[in-house]
Amino acid sequence: MTNNKSKNFPSGNTSAQKQDVLVEVKNLKQYFSIRKSLGKTNSIKAVDNVSFKIYKGETLGLVGESGSGKTTLGRSILRIYEPTSGQVVFSGIDITKLQKGKLLPYRKKTQYIFQDPYASLDPRMTVSDIVGEALDIHKLASSKKDRAEKIRDLLKLVGLNTEHASRYPHEFSGGQRQRIGIARAIAVEPEFIVCDEPVSALDVSIRAQIINTLEEMQERLHLTYLFISHDLGVVRHTCDRVGVMYLGHIVELVEAEELYKNPLHPYTQALLTAIPEPDPEVAKKRNRIILKGEIPSPVNPPSGCKFRTRCPYAKDVCEKEVPEFKEYGNGHYVACHFAGKL
Amino acid sequence: MIKELLKINDLKVSFFTPAGEVKAVNGVSYSLEPGKVLGIVGESGSGKSVSSYSIMGLIDKPGKIVGGSIVFDGKDVSTMTKAQRQNLAGNEVAMIFQDPMTCLNPVFTIGNQIAESLIHKYGKISKEEIKKRSIELMALVGINEPEKRLSQYPHEFSGGMRQRAMIAMALAGSPKLLIADEPTTALDVTIQAQILELLKDIQKKTGMAIILITHDLGIVADMADDVIVMYGGKIVEQGSVYNIFNAPQHPYTKGLIRSLPDLSKKGEKLIPIQGNPIDLLNLPQGCAFAPRCENCMKVCIKHMPEEYLTADGHRVSCWLYDSRANNSTEVKNND
Repeated sequence: MTNNKSKNFPSGNTSAQKQDVLVEVKNLKQYFSIRKSLGKTNSIKAVDNVSFKIYKGETLGLVGESGSGKTTLGRSILRIYEPTSGQVVFSGIDITKLQKGKLLPYRKKTQYIFQDPYASLDPRMTVSDIVGEALDIHKLASSKKDRAEKIRDLLKLVGLNTEHASRYPHEFSGGQRQRIGIARAIAVEPEFIVCDEPVSALDVSIRAQIINTLEEMQERLHLTYLFISHDLGVVRHTCDRVGVMYLGHIVELVEAEELYKNPLHPYTQALLTAIPEPDPEVAKKRNRIILKGEIPSPVNPPSGCKFRTRCPYAKDVCEKEVPEFKEYGNGHYVACHFAGKL
Repeated sequence: MIKELLKINDLKVSFFTPAGEVKAVNGVSYSLEPGKVLGIVGESGSGKSVSSYSIMGLIDKPGKIVGGSIVFDGKDVSTMTKAQRQNLAGNEVAMIFQDPMTCLNPVFTIGNQIAESLIHKYGKISKEEIKKRSIELMALVGINEPEKRLSQYPHEFSGGMRQRAMIAMALAGSPKLLIADEPTTALDVTIQAQILELLKDIQKKTGMAIILITHDLGIVADMADDVIVMYGGKIVEQGSVYNIFNAPQHPYTKGLIRSLPDLSKKGEKLIPIQGNPIDLLNLPQGCAFAPRCENCMKVCIKHMPEEYLTADGHRVSCWLYDSRANNSTEVKNND
């Protein structure tokens, strides 16, 4: 299946431009105001001036540490949060300008799969109610019988036992609950799904099952995914292209294989050496780039390049100028003053 | 032969819940030499944490050690008096946990909490001495401006710094064994890398042994000398880190390593372990992994496998390695 997909999605920028763009994010900003003492307000720049495109049928990965803004970005794109400024163009329509009442058709095309399958399912609803609610809201079932049939088909599709439709979430294991979450998301026949850390809360032996289910759904239903994760191993396997986020910025965006082979941003380079490698020969010998310190507070981010406080190569220019998010050939975008020279 | 620091023999820990007896650890035996790093891998409910909590005497009601022995440094832990046990936990064996925030007391300063560990170890000790040693410990775990940080409260520390403070507290008693229970699971990858390097560094300096409990095979590959793989309260496989990763023998270990996305290329389908995690209330009669095992034979369902020694010297609990299962391909999936 995915072999097919990579055929449809050729490498290189020129051919990529011919691809249909499903979602285009332009200069998106998402600020949250927080109250400080003495009535002063301050804002957290969770997503700060981010632009990128998501092509039809691809899986775009978003990686970064906690606090980098990857979840916020995913939610702003779906207008779960109201973006502060910027545009999100979905199939040619700028959805940031849509009035609240007119969002429903867009909601049907986009769905969200949450990280924690324990918190994202209503404990007082049965599985068939959880999945059926989505059908009801968008009036997708013509009769009670049709509704029940659709629910049954959906459960079967995601690999759940159809006899379990009348059970409650607490009766399921984590992996099964995540399957319920997937069934709920695909119930409305969406085009685009934001998967927010869909396997992070699951046991290692279950993760591969859920990743396979997500990939199967993508193939069958021609879905486009925005795949948010901090696990670079999972991202490497599932994603066509990957964006690396740091403090509200995308610092590098490139095809997945290229990112792992030839990372240009120093943050990506450090991130890649920080992943634990499940091979003792490699793990015990390699030299890690250990970043100093921790991700700075988004309330008071560093000037210029936001990564400069932890960057081993930082120079004066990094403090003064914000590096431009530029292409360095073959659709490899990087925001670093010294990209390609490190 | 080197004397063992820790020897656990046929340890059994059960939790007596209203729903029935949960056999969290069901006959676990292993030993650890001084200065070695032992990685214990397993998913939630495999008993990896409970087996190490027993060493510290941290099993509370309704849990109970129902069998087996723990011998630490030549002394049997189960026959110790309360005072001896208290001396053991904290001074000779120390522990760090997954979530540093829940282990640090929010109403005391970090300095206070490190001092507590020092007093526990040395008894009467002057204030100046406490301060001097605390600063040394803070510097050892890589906390900048230790003097200033000592008077701060846990909420003023970030996640990575809290874990460093926890490690400083653990090191206060100069333990011979450090039990690290998922020490980096709550942290970001770049901070995780910092903490792992710190643990390695400290281990080199102090020569203490570490039991590292984790679900992350990558961390084990990096840190451990020996590895124990647990499933359903039992050890299914144990051996050196190279043996476990290069030549896994038990179907569960094989499945775990094979299902890692890191090793498969984009476009290849992942090979997951089928089925659902084990229900400890209804343990299967035979091998706990049998319901999910692709090589399951008739005998696996009825009888618990013994431990077999493989050619490269690591141990595996699986009927496939019984001499009678030589033609395993024929026996497999017969029913």
